Amino acid sequence: MTLVYALDGVRVRLGSAEILRGISLRFHEGELAAVVGPNGAGKSTLMSVLSGMREDYEGECRFRGVEISQWRKGDLGRRLSFIPQNVRIEFPFTAEQVVYMGRTPHCNGLFETPEDREAVRRAMETTDTLPFARLDFRVLSGGERQRVILAGALAQEPSVLLLDEPTTFLDLKHQISTYVLLEKLAREGICVVAVTHDLNLAASYSDRLVVLSHGEVAADDVPGEVLTRRLLNEVFEVDAEILSGPNGRPWVSYEQPAGQLPTQGRHPW
Amino acid sequence: MVDRRRFWTAVGAAALFFLSALAVTPLIGSSDVAFSRAWAGQSPDREILFQVRLPRVLLAGLAGGALALAGVVFQALLRDALATPYTLGVQSGAALGAVIAICFGWRAIGAFPAVWFSGLVGAAITIMVVVGIASEGRRMSSFTLLLTGVTINAICMAGILFLHYTAGFTESFTIVRWLMGGIESMSYNTLAILTTGIAAGVGIAVVKSNQLNLLSVGEDWAATRGVHLTSLMLICYLLGSFLTASITALTGPIGFIGLIVPHALRMVVGADHRLLVPTSFCVGGGFLMLCDTVARTALAPSEIPVGVMTAMLGGPFFIWLLRSGRRSLWA
Repeated sequence: MTLVYALDGVRVRLGSAEILRGISLRFHEGELAAVVGPNGAGKSTLMSVLSGMREDYEGECRFRGVEISQWRKGDLGRRLSFIPQNVRIEFPFTAEQVVYMGRTPHCNGLFETPEDREAVRRAMETTDTLPFARLDFRVLSGGERQRVILAGALAQEPSVLLLDEPTTFLDLKHQISTYVLLEKLAREGICVVAVTHDLNLAASYSDRLVVLSHGEVAADDVPGEVLTRRLLNEVFEVDAEILSGPNGRPWVSYEQPAGQLPTQGRHPW
Repeated sequence: MVDRRRFWTAVGAAALFFLSALAVTPLIGSSDVAFSRAWAGQSPDREILFQVRLPRVLLAGLAGGALALAGVVFQALLRDALATPYTLGVQSGAALGAVIAICFGWRAIGAFPAVWFSGLVGAAITIMVVVGIASEGRRMSSFTLLLTGVTINAICMAGILFLHYTAGFTESFTIVRWLMGGIESMSYNTLAILTTGIAAGVGIAVVKSNQLNLLSVGEDWAATRGVHLTSLMLICYLLGSFLTASITALTGPIGFIGLIVPHALRMVVGADHRLLVPTSFCVGGGFLMLCDTVARTALAPSEIPVGVMTAMLGGPFFIWLLRSGRRSLWA
């Protein structure tokens, strides 16, 4: 598998807080990696380094052999696509126009080419978004918006796809179809890295789970090795039962430890 | 989505509106002028048409177009539908410069009236201060830009208020009149310089219109789709400020156009900046030519401040557009 990212000792400070404390990771082509971890573990910050948006990190983050901060933005835009959390749009763009924006790094001049049109149509078909292509993005539901954003990333035809919580607002069917799609993209040779909170979806579909905790890598392996009662207790602070899912992957059933349950019916405030 | 046919239909219609306004409005006025007599060189038709009205109409066209375009650029930059050419302080910087020139009784600096020159200097200082504060290190954030601009705006307004308060009666009257904004005839040389500058600005905005689409959605969004974020934001800020400053120095503040023209056009052609940039310029220019014609003829021989007309004519039209609930023609 071709190496895409090589991170060595990546540190990020925001003010006095150290968000990433020496992250060393490898990501390859054809791999679906899920990044999980509790709130504030540094998942989104890691994505901002991987996507090339953050240049004030220490250590090395090599993208295809070259430090990511050295890449020209236009070249990066044709290779890498990033889906941020929670895209809000102020202006009346249609869903289709939002998808077309993914073609911008490929554009020569003002107008779309037949290839652009074909890429957009394919991306919208794959994400089941063609029915509302002509609607104002702002009137779509949260889940529909998320699929439109995903379509935009596909239209960009990247070799690396970075997603920050891609299934947050999706209904069950589209949560699963999104992960099936991500898995398919990985099989086609794309390097997919997704931040998520859904351990079971991540375990069912991804090749690797990277667990972040307090800015460090707490675990990085196939889901079956990573998801243990001990890790869930230490990193996520939950009591968990590791079951076996339908496809032989681990399936986690969790609850908060008894001692930490909020007092029922009587709130301290 | 934006193919050539759609682009040229929208831009062609907007350009036609601009050119019709440019052709018709110089012929309207308190004294009747015949184009045939003016063309044949007969006095006074020739002087009225070519020395008085045409330069004024041209300035109105350039000013309306530049202000509408500056509105589009600032709205994309700040991702704020309520941003105007005046949000980021450059207009009050120009106004402060002009008010200083009026208060100190400066007449001319070089070949140009001191008010213009001083207004431009005021705007330039504002731009440098805002960029200097808002770009910490090599990053620029629209939030810091907005806060810095609004603060500089407040400081300049305070300066204007102070100077106005201490000014004598004559100066005070001149200041009030200047702050109301108005279009005047000016030399073709000045107009030629202005046209060159604004044409360059429109060109840059058209070239960057794809990237403006990305920026108007989000900074992260743009940064991972091939945009060098800091340089694009700097270009947008300088472009919008340059357009606003050059017009404000010549005409004083003219409100409403920069806010309402982009919004009205978004309802008609959609949010895509490839259409929005050229159509805003043409429609803004045509609209201000019409407003200024009403302003100079309705109560002739006295004039109505053109800023009054832009809001009085544009406001009801905009509300009608809003109420008619029409979806974008192109969507």
